[in-house]
Amino acid sequence: MSTDSITWPQTGTAAHPFVDRLHEWVTTVDHKRLGILYIIYALVFLLIAGIEAIVIRIQLIRPHNDFVSPQVFNRMFTMHGTTMIFFVVMPVLFGFANYLIPLMIGARDMAFPRLNAFSFWMTAFGGLLLYFSLVGANGLYGAGNAPDVGWFAYAPLTSPTFSVGHSTDFWTLALLVSGFGSIGTAINILATVLCMRCPGMTLAKMPLFAWLNFVMAGLVILAVSPLTAAQIMLLVDRYLGGHFFDTQAGGSAVIWMHFFWIFGHPEVYVLVLPAFAFASEIIPVFSRKPIFGYSVMVGATVAIGFISMSVWAHHMFTVGMSASANTFFVLSTMAIAVPTGIKIFNWLATMWGGKIEFKTPMLFCIAFLFQFLAAGLTGVMLSVAPFNWHLGNSYFVVAHFHYVIVGGILFSLFGAFYYWFPKMSGKMYSETLGKLHFWLFLIGFHLTFDFMHLPGLLGMPRRIYTYEPGRGWDTWNLIVTIGVFFQAAGILVFLGNLLWSYFRGKTAGSDPWDAWTLEWSTPSPPPEYNFSVIPTVKSRRPLWDLKHPADPDWKFE
Amino acid sequence: MRGGKNSNTVGVLQTFVFVLSSAVIAVAAKTTAPPLSPTNIFAPASTPAESIFGLSIFVLAVTAAIFVVVFTLLAYSVVKFRKRKNDDGREPPQVYGSNQVEVAWTVIPILIVVALFMATARVIADIQKASPPANAIEVVAIGHQFWWEYRYPGLHVVTANELHVPVSDPQHPTPTFIKLLSADTDHSFWVPRLAGKTDLIPNHPNHMWIDPHETGLYLGQCAQYCGTQHAKMLLRVYVQPRDEFDRWIQQQREPASTSDVVSEGQRVFQTTACINCHAVAGTVANGRFGPDLTHLMSRETIAAGAALNTPENLRLWIQKPDAIKPGSLMPAMELADHELDAVTAYLETLR
Amino acid sequence: MNATYIPMEQQPVTAQLPSRGRVGMFVLIAAESAVFTIFVVAYIFYIGKSLTGPTPQDVLAAPIFYSICLLSSSVTIHLAVKALRLGNVSTFSRWWFATIALGGIFLYGTATEWHRLIYTEGLSISTNLFGTTYYSLVGLHGSHVVVGILCLTLVLGFALTGRVKQEHAYRVDVLSLYWHFVDAVWVVVFTVVYILGR
Repeated sequence: MSTDSITWPQTGTAAHPFVDRLHEWVTTVDHKRLGILYIIYALVFLLIAGIEAIVIRIQLIRPHNDFVSPQVFNRMFTMHGTTMIFFVVMPVLFGFANYLIPLMIGARDMAFPRLNAFSFWMTAFGGLLLYFSLVGANGLYGAGNAPDVGWFAYAPLTSPTFSVGHSTDFWTLALLVSGFGSIGTAINILATVLCMRCPGMTLAKMPLFAWLNFVMAGLVILAVSPLTAAQIMLLVDRYLGGHFFDTQAGGSAVIWMHFFWIFGHPEVYVLVLPAFAFASEIIPVFSRKPIFGYSVMVGATVAIGFISMSVWAHHMFTVGMSASANTFFVLSTMAIAVPTGIKIFNWLATMWGGKIEFKTPMLFCIAFLFQFLAAGLTGVMLSVAPFNWHLGNSYFVVAHFHYVIVGGILFSLFGAFYYWFPKMSGKMYSETLGKLHFWLFLIGFHLTFDFMHLPGLLGMPRRIYTYEPGRGWDTWNLIVTIGVFFQAAGILVFLGNLLWSYFRGKTAGSDPWDAWTLEWSTPSPPPEYNFSVIPTVKSRRPLWDLKHPADPDWKFE
Repeated sequence: MRGGKNSNTVGVLQTFVFVLSSAVIAVAAKTTAPPLSPTNIFAPASTPAESIFGLSIFVLAVTAAIFVVVFTLLAYSVVKFRKRKNDDGREPPQVYGSNQVEVAWTVIPILIVVALFMATARVIADIQKASPPANAIEVVAIGHQFWWEYRYPGLHVVTANELHVPVSDPQHPTPTFIKLLSADTDHSFWVPRLAGKTDLIPNHPNHMWIDPHETGLYLGQCAQYCGTQHAKMLLRVYVQPRDEFDRWIQQQREPASTSDVVSEGQRVFQTTACINCHAVAGTVANGRFGPDLTHLMSRETIAAGAALNTPENLRLWIQKPDAIKPGSLMPAMELADHELDAVTAYLETLR
Repeated sequence: MNATYIPMEQQPVTAQLPSRGRVGMFVLIAAESAVFTIFVVAYIFYIGKSLTGPTPQDVLAAPIFYSICLLSSSVTIHLAVKALRLGNVSTFSRWWFATIALGGIFLYGTATEWHRLIYTEGLSISTNLFGTTYYSLVGLHGSHVVVGILCLTLVLGFALTGRVKQEHAYRVDVLSLYWHFVDAVWVVVFTVVYILGR
């Protein structure tokens, strides 16, 4: 609901003390400010997790390298994975959702602004807790131990027997705490979408962005909760002498895997659906056409949501499940490829017959389409259980999921940054720097992740701090590492662009892209109350209707 | 306008990179056959690996075809429908959807899924439902942090780290069936040329089988993160002609070669903590935490493949395991130099 | 900076959207249900798998009386909300207090049962798989009862100091949804632990 406060902060005046501005930001319940806090938080952790990746790749640049010890390496890949998923990608996506959903549905804020703030701070605290392990985890072996059990922390490696000290506890607690934040945000998104739409905006007239985040929030509710349960069980084992995953007492290591992946698989759809949301808003605008097949896109999204709850054990094909169980999960995993493919075809059809403008947001979304296609197909390969018996737990899988998360999600996210930066800051970014970022990152991405498939096909498992020469892996690892530096350069250009443009960019105006959804009808940046008058809409593209009164959408939808 | 040039360059560059990658993959698959890559999954030498290979070629062909078609359509649309320099500024026709097209690109993928699924289900059954014939060699593999224990229950052999199996003639197969157990955390047995990987999970026995068609040494390594030295838990499978295998079994069954004189090294070995972890058949040493050392000298490597089995490496391993495998569970024994020499000499007698 | 936004039409609100308190609470209940489901699955999976005793048959006694108390509290809370909707604050306070009392009796029953299990029967959370799963599942439920009672007590405090009015019936109703959920979970836990598991 609307924040009743009429004393909104002054901007740009010298008399506004820094402490006051800091206080406003720390106590804010405004969805736009919380969105920006999430995004900045995520960018900071992107740099940290990126450095962890650089350390990993330098260590693996050649066989028997000794850039870091095995203990440090194992902490690096654990922290890299955990940070990227929980403290980079999830927060940045929640940030965009928080910022944009109320604007897109014609509301003044999210349904529960204080819950929103609480959720952000819980997530933030979780990240700090994870990194506090570097200094705080006094195990038997001395001070400062980050967790080193891998981001999925299989039992019984996480039992007190094999993980002495507190590093695993920091992992567990950090995720438990940030999980509460995720669930809070999901409750907020679901309630906002269901209860706060402006007059005329039925669910069928909502932007796809809102639909995709809505399904994403539903998945968070159903998926993060099992992780919460598993974390509590792990804490019972580690602190109260419980036996949930204690194989010596008859417990099962496999049941941890089931619980984790019941979270872990829908989690990747939590990550990818908002990426689809960005693409579904950007591609139509830069093709100058509406999204092709809106209802089918909604249907496919809902189908993906449901099916994603039934595929989890494709992460466990090598664990020794029965032939029938393996066969079932092959089928459900292949099934989910169908609605996913349908989405790619609909984006393709949106561009078809359009007038494509190659601004930076669109460049990233076009790359997203090609790369997500490839990622989906390597996913189909992995769904073939016998093939998975080779490819699983190898660098092929690492290449596959980075192809999805970097090639798909991150590219789409960069597109979103450039697309909505003018709205959030009021300034235009530098198109030249944007394109430089794109090319640097594209080259780096392909050098690293195309070639990363090869060592997997040649037998290189994952999570190894070094490897043997003479297995045919050396050259590919070298190329993979080189690509990382191009990506790092691209990210630096990106951050530089954001900063420079924020201070020196041209004024953007409310609608620099000639777009059609409600957020473009507000000033840039929008005032705290979003809309002076709550709009009424008649179609999926309210601004198209206003700009084209002779052939409005509602006549043809 | 800059956009137009970029679109061509995007398309061309993407095409170039993908063509290059696929060429590289194809070349890699062909040219990195042994010995350049002894762990190439596309060079199967045993029936399970061969079944997977056949299925994987089918899957690769289908996915490659899909990729080429959709990639081409995407590239075409990006080039053909770009905004031209002489654009009249009008919006293009606003098309909202098409039911026929949606049906088409739903039904075709479903059919492809059905085909892939049927092929997959068949191979799953072939591999997982195979039962051991009467002449199968039975092995129990027990995963430890960070080494492999092998027992041949029917043949009364206990050894470590280097698995010997007889070669299997496709006309008269003599497969080896392996039961997979774990003494501590999760591990995974992956020798790509022989079979897909199967995990070793405590309190969850698993089974796999291999029937290698060619003699030779097959390499692999642990493929489930098991702790600090997961990376150096290497696998070496020696596939031998039947008579050589039988001789190896005979030799492994013997107790440790002894001499009448109890050597200085044997005394050091048996009075320090060595016997807490290690076993030497026919002596008082019967620890099970570490590898069985009865026939240590019959192995080409030590520390689960991390180092060659030379006297220098052996001495170094006993003196300071962290120099070879930092984080392994073998403690540095803190022996005096002459004790170290003596123990090494003793171990060198364990053929 | 000057607003260059595009003005929109304004029309009277006609759509009937659900209320956010209700939706929020239902979503929270969905999340909590998922958490409980995992604990129930673990419980069921480990039935009969403990390597040592005691077993459920040896030591468990179904807490029928205390369960009746808890389930009756759903009735009393429903009557409380109904009274408040009609504006009857004092009736509301009495039924609300009865709900808290019944919840408290249930917790007392849990406490005494646990005391008996730990000190007489020697079953703790670390004894065996049964102990681990039993205390975790029943304890998770119990902790939700505790949180519920705290919230209910807070509202009782507001009511006794005259701060609860008829217009708050909606909010109190949303809170009662949580309480009903806690009772529904007990039905499942009771069935799994005291009926299926023995």
